[in-house]
Amino acid sequence: MTQVIIGGLLIGLSSVLLMALQGRIAGISSIVYRAAFVRGGETWTVWFVLGLVVGPAILIAMGLAAAPVLESSWLQILVGGLLVGIGTKIGSGCTSGHGVCGIGRGSLRSILATVAFMASGALAVLAMRWGGLL
Amino acid sequence: MNAVLVTVLGATFGAGLVLSGMTDPAYIRGFLDVTGDWRPELAFVMAGAIALSLPFFQLVQPKMAKPIFSEQFSMPLATQIDARLLVGAVIFGVGWTVSGYCPGPGVASFAYLEPKAFGFVAAMLVGFKIADWFAPAK
Repeated sequence: MTQVIIGGLLIGLSSVLLMALQGRIAGISSIVYRAAFVRGGETWTVWFVLGLVVGPAILIAMGLAAAPVLESSWLQILVGGLLVGIGTKIGSGCTSGHGVCGIGRGSLRSILATVAFMASGALAVLAMRWGGLL
Repeated sequence: MNAVLVTVLGATFGAGLVLSGMTDPAYIRGFLDVTGDWRPELAFVMAGAIALSLPFFQLVQPKMAKPIFSEQFSMPLATQIDARLLVGAVIFGVGWTVSGYCPGPGVASFAYLEPKAFGFVAAMLVGFKIADWFAPAK
């Protein structure tokens, strides 16, 4: 439980500092999109994405983290990934941009988006269990 | 922007994702399994993050003329509640449950050298382009 809260605080700290120091929203779906597809003036997103991998790699090297057992099948990973890409692009954000920064900003859009993706995620868990996939 | 600084901020974010359990798909599904074997602890990840982002955006940032190392704040401008926002969020939520990853944890799991994390991010990039092609922003 302590680790969960420390993790949340680190996510919040990074989000606050990215805005206070650089003036940018820590919305990961948007950052990954720009790192992959947008050229010119957005190279910072590549460094942030690199950091997203370096941070966990340091924890693993220090013995503070280990790879979780992955239950998701390849089909679930690929279909789910496709839906995450389509949904976050159409809906302008994911757990971080809407859930952390948007709610922090008091954005009604982000509050409603967060309620919507939590609710649809919960319904999808139910559907997967009924379908024998969980 | 300063590459080292931004990399350190990304690393802080990524470390937070790993420590909190967000990179464990089974844990994510447990959190979203509200009517079954619900594991509500993950709510504290968002609570911890918002405990910092809310006071910052409400109290500190409005008093700042500009970011410390750049010329202006780049903030989302959209305010309208429309079908696009909600349909997108609903599709995202389903994808989050089906794969067990949201975007940050998918990328952070590269550090585990987990082949499925690479597969997830590749599929997500294809999803971004599908949205660009079939539902371009106005």
